[in-house]
Amino acid sequence: MSFLEYAPAPESRSILHLKKSYGLFIDGEFRDGHGTPFTTISPADESPIAKISNADASDVDSAVSAARRAYDRVWSRMSGRDRGKYLFRIARLVQERTRELAVAESLDNGKPIKESRDVDVPLVAAWFFYYAGWADKLDHAGFGPSPHALGVAAQVIPWNFPLLMLAWKIAPALAAGNTVVLKPAETTPLSALIFAEILQQADLPAGVVNIVTGAGDTGSALVNHPDVDKVAFTGSTAVGRAIAKSTAGTAKKLTLELGGKAANIVFDDAPMDQAIEGIVNGIFFNQGHVCCAGSRLLVQENVHDEVIDRLKQRLTTLRMGDPLDKNTDIGAINSKAQLDRIRTLSDIGEQEGAERWTADCVIPAKGFWFAPTIFTNVETSHRIAREEIFGPVLSVLTFRTPAEAIAKANNTPYGLSAGIWSDKGSRILGVADRLRAGVVWANTFNRFDPASPFGGYKESGYGREGGRHGLGAYLQSGWNASAVVKSATAKKEVAR
Amino acid sequence: MTIDHAIALAPASRAVQLIGTDLTEKSLKLHLEGLSGVDAVGLEARAAGLATRSIKTTSKAWALDTIIRLIDLTTLEGADTPGKVQSLVAKAMYPDPTDPTTPRVAAVCVYGDMVPAAVAALGSAHAAGSATGINVAAVATAFPSGRASLAVKLADTSEAVSAGADEIDMVIDRGAFLSGRYGLVFDQIVAVKDACRRADGSYAHLKVILETGELNTYDNVRRASWLAILAGADFIKTSTGKVSPAATLPVTLLMLQVVNDWYRLTGERIGVKPAGGIRSSKDAIRYLVTVAETVGEDWLNPHLFRFGASSLLNDVLLQRQKIATGHYSGPDYVTMD
Repeated sequence: MSFLEYAPAPESRSILHLKKSYGLFIDGEFRDGHGTPFTTISPADESPIAKISNADASDVDSAVSAARRAYDRVWSRMSGRDRGKYLFRIARLVQERTRELAVAESLDNGKPIKESRDVDVPLVAAWFFYYAGWADKLDHAGFGPSPHALGVAAQVIPWNFPLLMLAWKIAPALAAGNTVVLKPAETTPLSALIFAEILQQADLPAGVVNIVTGAGDTGSALVNHPDVDKVAFTGSTAVGRAIAKSTAGTAKKLTLELGGKAANIVFDDAPMDQAIEGIVNGIFFNQGHVCCAGSRLLVQENVHDEVIDRLKQRLTTLRMGDPLDKNTDIGAINSKAQLDRIRTLSDIGEQEGAERWTADCVIPAKGFWFAPTIFTNVETSHRIAREEIFGPVLSVLTFRTPAEAIAKANNTPYGLSAGIWSDKGSRILGVADRLRAGVVWANTFNRFDPASPFGGYKESGYGREGGRHGLGAYLQSGWNASAVVKSATAKKEVAR
Repeated sequence: MTIDHAIALAPASRAVQLIGTDLTEKSLKLHLEGLSGVDAVGLEARAAGLATRSIKTTSKAWALDTIIRLIDLTTLEGADTPGKVQSLVAKAMYPDPTDPTTPRVAAVCVYGDMVPAAVAALGSAHAAGSATGINVAAVATAFPSGRASLAVKLADTSEAVSAGADEIDMVIDRGAFLSGRYGLVFDQIVAVKDACRRADGSYAHLKVILETGELNTYDNVRRASWLAILAGADFIKTSTGKVSPAATLPVTLLMLQVVNDWYRLTGERIGVKPAGGIRSSKDAIRYLVTVAETVGEDWLNPHLFRFGASSLLNDVLLQRQKIATGHYSGPDYVTMD
């Protein structure tokens, strides 16, 4: 027997108490939607998990009305300190129910349990703790005296980090005093609905957070609803562009966090073993379903062969399979549609002349799977060097000088993130300064912290999430005179 | 103090092959300082990632037996006596008297003057060059500090070898290493290796202790690992066990990466021995995972990987009993030593 095969070590599903069907979470209660319900499946074996309600325009309207009522009557009148208390309570409940949330996330999304358990859910709690601390300190956040909430926020999130993206959206919105209608992705609604149960457990006033499930139509109805003051979207650039068009000319404030094609730059003086780990983490973390994934590897030409050699050796130790097994490194692709897209773009890569290498993995018979893949001999003009694949596929390009590395890294319509690997501090600072990307990691990759702002340049979107900047996306500056008057009135009402 | 970098070093064959025939302090220094750096945060993150592997059922049973086979059962106390060594040897031969299927440990590790006592106690169970049986390892070269003249270190070594030691665990001169006198450290290892030679021309295996707790940085550990390999080490070993921190998972991972690099470069396999501070089965299993996923399962073999430990064995035995009987026993159900 081979030790490296490791006996199965699956996380138990018994901690989950799933209902057969889930309604929409509106005004503090679950209720059925008026659209045709759909089934959410486990991408690892295509088995059904639960039936999910589908929100049509009338459901979206009730959700927005509930959010407006909650804003007018409760949330906008509540002191920051009390809002903070609710957020702290939510954070603690997330921590208490960590295992349950992690299992639900891995089941519905296909990501390995070690990632949902060690990365996603702990970050969710961290996000709520962080913004809970801001709730009573808005006057000191640098947005002028008494900055004011925007009102009702419409939030649409993607399927790659379902619960984490929910936290990125809801935590700052509530801390700033807004109420929320959130739509999770149609392939991954489960953790958001369990989160709704947590909100009930936390006694959050009804209507402060509403969760409507459904597909693109639901999202469109939500962001175009006339009574929405703020739209926050994370997802594809195409949808982001459509939202920007439809909100143009309205009073809605908009933040977009869209796609990316990040350059991960490895210089010849890099700490090599750690750089290899960083490359793996950059593109194979979460099956490459990461908008800031390091999908373009830029390697200095004189170490190219060594890097590729070491990378391939490292990839042979990655374990693909059951997302609920604690030893799984690579889980399932989230959906059939996404798998098809990854396959199509990979085939195009081969046709364009890039050299394809795939790790030797046993592909399970059922479910959606794609083995870790590297393309070498990739040219900047190839489609796999320009388009976001959003899968476990790495395109390798080379450079000769720092100037060439910077030019190639910036030669993309996107600009969400970038990575630099070098043991030389001055080089890191010099290169980072000239990269047009919202996040630049040095000697690490895909690290997130609630205190650090995150967002993109160019087609990767605008606005920032996380940190003080993320708070600003949900506030009207107190320097604006009318806002000052409004918030002063609100304060008087609270005083009464 | 000035260092004459141009002085030629002992022509150890590995170093000559890699660096060239004009082997000097300077050329060695250039080579060591040209090695890729180590990012501490990244190294520790990788080690922490490997430590999350969940080893269950059949894999765990195999791992526990493997750990026993890889142990250098150690007593290195000022208070050691032939009686204590005899007792240790008995434990090495029959770790769990209630279960004859329990494997034997790889070696017993003692001070040089206790080698005759260990050899006598082992009797026919002494490996003495054969593939089966238990080796006797002796710490040498003014262990643990290494603060003695070269002549004393060599005498320490050759005395242990002629008394029947199969393996020599030497310490490097950390003072010389930290002050940049790589040539001195190198020459001493080469000389000690020479002192490991037996009358019949064969050599006792040489384990070179880096004492990573005193080297302090991962960059130093990487350089010292390369230096020891180039000078002829059969094994590189983390620690004496007398300095804190002793073996850690990140340091062991780093040394395994060096050994892997050496293997890729030359096809030659070098052993790694973490020593000190590994007390639980859970900890030891993390090391097995790290070995298997860094250099491959081939290394999970007493010729290429050892644990320097004393209390680890009993914890593994308790875990073994748990698997056999289904319930936990206690420290009174395993023998003291």
